[in-house]
Amino acid sequence: MSSDLRELYQQVILDHNRSPRNFKELPNATKRVEGYNPLCGDHYTVFVELDGDVIKDISFTGNGCAISKSSASVMTSSVKGKRTDDAEKMFETFHKLVLGEPAGLSEAELGRLAAFSGVSEFPARVKCATLAWHTLHSALQGEQEVVTTE
Amino acid sequence: MTAVLPERRTEYDVERIRRDFPILHRTIRGKPLVYLDNAATTQKPQAVIDRLVRYYSEENSNVHRGVHYLSEVATAAYESARTTVKKFVNARDEKEIVFTRGTTEGINLVMSSWGRRNVAAGDEILITAIEHHSNIVPWQLLCEEKNAKLRIAPVNDAGDVIVDEFAKLLTRRTKIVAFGHASNALGTINPVKKMIAMAHANGSVVLVDGAQGVPHLDVDVQDLDCDFYAFSGHKVYGPTGIGVLYGKQALLEAMPPYQGGGDMILSVSFEKTTYNALPYKFEAGTPDISGVIGLAAALDYVGSIGLRKIAAHEHDLLLYATARLKEIPGLRIIGTAAEKASVISFTLEGVHPHDIGTILDQEGIAVRTGHHCAQPLMMRFNVPATGRASFGLYNTREEADALIAGLTKVIEIFHG
Ligand SMILES: Cc1ncc(COP(=O)(O)O)c(C=O)c1O
Repeated sequence: MSSDLRELYQQVILDHNRSPRNFKELPNATKRVEGYNPLCGDHYTVFVELDGDVIKDISFTGNGCAISKSSASVMTSSVKGKRTDDAEKMFETFHKLVLGEPAGLSEAELGRLAAFSGVSEFPARVKCATLAWHTLHSALQGEQEVVTTE
Repeated sequence: MTAVLPERRTEYDVERIRRDFPILHRTIRGKPLVYLDNAATTQKPQAVIDRLVRYYSEENSNVHRGVHYLSEVATAAYESARTTVKKFVNARDEKEIVFTRGTTEGINLVMSSWGRRNVAAGDEILITAIEHHSNIVPWQLLCEEKNAKLRIAPVNDAGDVIVDEFAKLLTRRTKIVAFGHASNALGTINPVKKMIAMAHANGSVVLVDGAQGVPHLDVDVQDLDCDFYAFSGHKVYGPTGIGVLYGKQALLEAMPPYQGGGDMILSVSFEKTTYNALPYKFEAGTPDISGVIGLAAALDYVGSIGLRKIAAHEHDLLLYATARLKEIPGLRIIGTAAEKASVISFTLEGVHPHDIGTILDQEGIAVRTGHHCAQPLMMRFNVPATGRASFGLYNTREEADALIAGLTKVIEIFHG
């Protein structure tokens, strides 16, 4: 197998794809936004329960490739309990990471997000990796419609 | 499980044919290219590439308007290409061959010109559940505009149109019936001749979307007796941006122009404009001259091998690849019609098609993944997307083997 592929499909990604975390609806969600990638049909709904400016709880449902699903799963575990502006900062860092730009953070600081560093070798998959994040972003911005990656 | 693999045919010299396609000799990420995305577009033989170079190096000029030498040469090449197309699909007359940008534009032309004039409120348009978006959306636009109804003939679990249901949906309000010759998503070859006869018996006009017909089947529009037949050059080894709409002369004569401009007129004054004769009435503006000439070169190339031989070779690949794919645990083939073009749609348990596509790509294998511009069909089979391998005249059994090896790798990565 090529080393690029090994980098892309890291164990963390395969694991979160197989058993996604927070993969359910949230009955008490204050925000519910859909994200859609028309190119490959990836389709998720992100549920957010806000307590002031803290993400008290977050979950997602839907369907798509391993990259988009594991990214949604890792995202929900990473931002749960965080302040919304910290979540937005994390998205910025994550975006740089998958584009292969210097994120200015060490592996340790990136935590589980580091598993997505291999995506930068696959430009066609950047949209998959960021779909859930874009969806969360618009939920936090107060939008309620369907978000697409186009 | 050991499948019984069909015997190989030998009279088809695929190695010689492969030498005609320069792109097949390049590598992708250090691996030989295995191109299995022919339903999306086909590769071009040297004969087509050379013809385009010769046109631009020695013959380039506008057509139908100059008295100078080059214009005569270009016009002669352009019109002789029309004759090539006419013979290829066995139309009665060159007047029945209209050059378009592709299948999509051909269907839109019929929708816009024939449809707007002949479809009224309460009328019905009948299509099938396996259509490409380009044979759905134009009709939706027309229905919306005219307050007409779009009817959909259903398919069974194998991906065959249920002909009895199709028959029931033909009513006295059915103005036009439009369906694909073969499905790009499932490979199903429709019983078009029978469906055309049924629609005609009902007094309906018939358009056939031949995008996947012309590359794989020996098409004879007179024998089929369809009223319109649209196809794309790029799917039959020709250039992109050029296509053909065949239409029966009497229908085309009665239709208003599709677009206005140069070439489609006889005389223009601000009081009255007289339209040009067929087929020029439907070819407004400077056409894709090199595309038309390149398309004729492609059809000549295909004709030199022979569609019957090509179809037999592709059918062999279809049977071989299908048998081998069935060996893969968790693989499900979507579309198991008895009559199929060399298109295999599949899903793999626990792996999204997009991931399959990325992993195969690392092996130099090009397949399509996604909804194949047929979202309603994907919904019918309850899958968000599929992987699709589609074979052309230059593919080999060894390439089918490479696909199997690639899929085995996918399973290794995902299921360890
Ligand atoms: C069955 C079918 N119809 C129509 C089309 C549209 O062809 P084009 O994009 O060349 O206009 C395609 C191509 O994908 C097709 O496979």
